[in-house]
Amino acid sequence: MPTAETAKLIHAFAALADLGEEIAATRDFDQMVRSTLHVVLGALGIRRGAVAECDAAAGELRFVAAWGMGDDAPASLSFDPRLLEESLRDSADPAHFFERHLKSNFRAELERLKVGLVVPLVVHGELVGAIMLGGKATEEAFTPEEREVVATMARHIGVGIYNHRLLREVERRAQENRKLYEDLRAVYRNTVRAFAIAIDCKDKYTQGHSERVGKYTEIIARELGWGEEEVDDIAIGGYLHDVGKLIVDRDIINAPYKIDAKQSSELNRHPAAGFEILSPLHQIDDVIPTVARYHHERIDGRGYPEGLTGEQIPLCAKIVSAADAFDAMTTDRTYKRRKEFPEVVEDFRKTTGKQFAPEVVVALFSAILKEVDGETRERRFARLLGRDYLQPDLYRPLIVELLAELGQGERAAAETA
Amino acid sequence: MTDQAGEQPVRSERAGDVAVVYAGEYLNKLSGERVERECRRRLEEGCRALVLDFRQTGMVNSIGVSILLGVIDAAERAGASVVFSAVQHQAAQVFEMLGLTRHVRIAKNRTDALAQIANSAAVGVAPNKTK
Ligand SMILES: [Fe+2]
Repeated sequence: MPTAETAKLIHAFAALADLGEEIAATRDFDQMVRSTLHVVLGALGIRRGAVAECDAAAGELRFVAAWGMGDDAPASLSFDPRLLEESLRDSADPAHFFERHLKSNFRAELERLKVGLVVPLVVHGELVGAIMLGGKATEEAFTPEEREVVATMARHIGVGIYNHRLLREVERRAQENRKLYEDLRAVYRNTVRAFAIAIDCKDKYTQGHSERVGKYTEIIARELGWGEEEVDDIAIGGYLHDVGKLIVDRDIINAPYKIDAKQSSELNRHPAAGFEILSPLHQIDDVIPTVARYHHERIDGRGYPEGLTGEQIPLCAKIVSAADAFDAMTTDRTYKRRKEFPEVVEDFRKTTGKQFAPEVVVALFSAILKEVDGETRERRFARLLGRDYLQPDLYRPLIVELLAELGQGERAAAETA
Repeated sequence: MTDQAGEQPVRSERAGDVAVVYAGEYLNKLSGERVERECRRRLEEGCRALVLDFRQTGMVNSIGVSILLGVIDAAERAGASVVFSAVQHQAAQVFEMLGLTRHVRIAKNRTDALAQIANSAAVGVAPNKTK
């Protein structure tokens, strides 16, 4: 049978273990503070108490938890924050400020709450709060050992509050950063769209072309299973693919007749020019200048500016190339009306493998097929092409046929390889 | 710390205007808060005495002690008396050491507790409070 003093010591040690566990395991701040207050009160059999968090900037001790005080505990106690600042200039330890100013400042209030022992919670020279304790149930005075137990627990609780605050601050900043990033991203997208509109303004017959190419590009990339950020980047590449046209003479772009060889070579400078405009922008993904540079390359090597073939052409450029051609075929141009959908299918049937990469064309028409079959809720093609352009009943077999043929083609190629 | 009695509700009963509340095996935060809620509910109902029965309680930790002190405080504010009954060895030692026993009466068991309350009411010791 342990002596009374030993029993008290054992109980206090067990309480310290409880304290550590409550601080470490409780995620909710208010609940953590409430539990730690319980531990201190229960360790020494104290009938009432409170823990307040200090907001130094606002000059406020906010009561986070109170026990055994009925409705007497106030929401907060206010002090002049300048006093704390001044005091910290004289002494780095805010406990001095606490002893000199706060205790006397709040004397009446503490008496009303029947609080006899007040311990400041100081961590890294910062006053994070205070623990206020009433009398013991034994009605005896606190012994020096008990005061030591309270001081030890107060340090733990102070660190608990400090860490929770830090965590809250980190979470708040992370959220702020996320918001900032999203805002920047939106500004970026809007800037790019404004830029795309500016590009299209040069060409009065292709209004909205860049934006539509951006959208088709996005659809194809997504169909190919690209991730969200990659899709975002290549869509921007789609918006900006013709940015090089900004340096081409407006008359050449808008010529209502077929342009001559000299004018044609002037126009064909736009991919390289686009690359030169975009590549110094280090903030944007490499995909974007790459798309501008190679969107007129062809699988068979007859494209420009470099005459690359097959695998030499980056996939991103192959995607935008198909998106670009699809929009060119499906919108009215300077000297010709747009093609009907069967002609578009036929065009792609002939040119895939020569001009366009089969996997990209398959992705484009698979996406169309999904919309025709009602598998996607968004009617993106209908919105871009007009509601009556794709006539599901009439044209669905054509799409299926093309896809089968391209699938066959790939398989045949694989077999002969 | 897991509380095996986890989601079990606190058992309690009413005998006239006395409520008997049974504490679980281990009185810690989880079970303590449930006991406290039950006690407050009984006080709000107008009970003028609370019997807290500890026959099953082998252990009481610091949080459990604090919660019990809160129950005693709430009862005092409501003008109700508190009797601890069937307190086991470890808990008895803790209650004695920390002075809880100064603010409650102690009974061997539930029957003894109810008898004590009835006696004190008969001689007019317990405060009469009607809500
Ligand atoms: Fe172009």
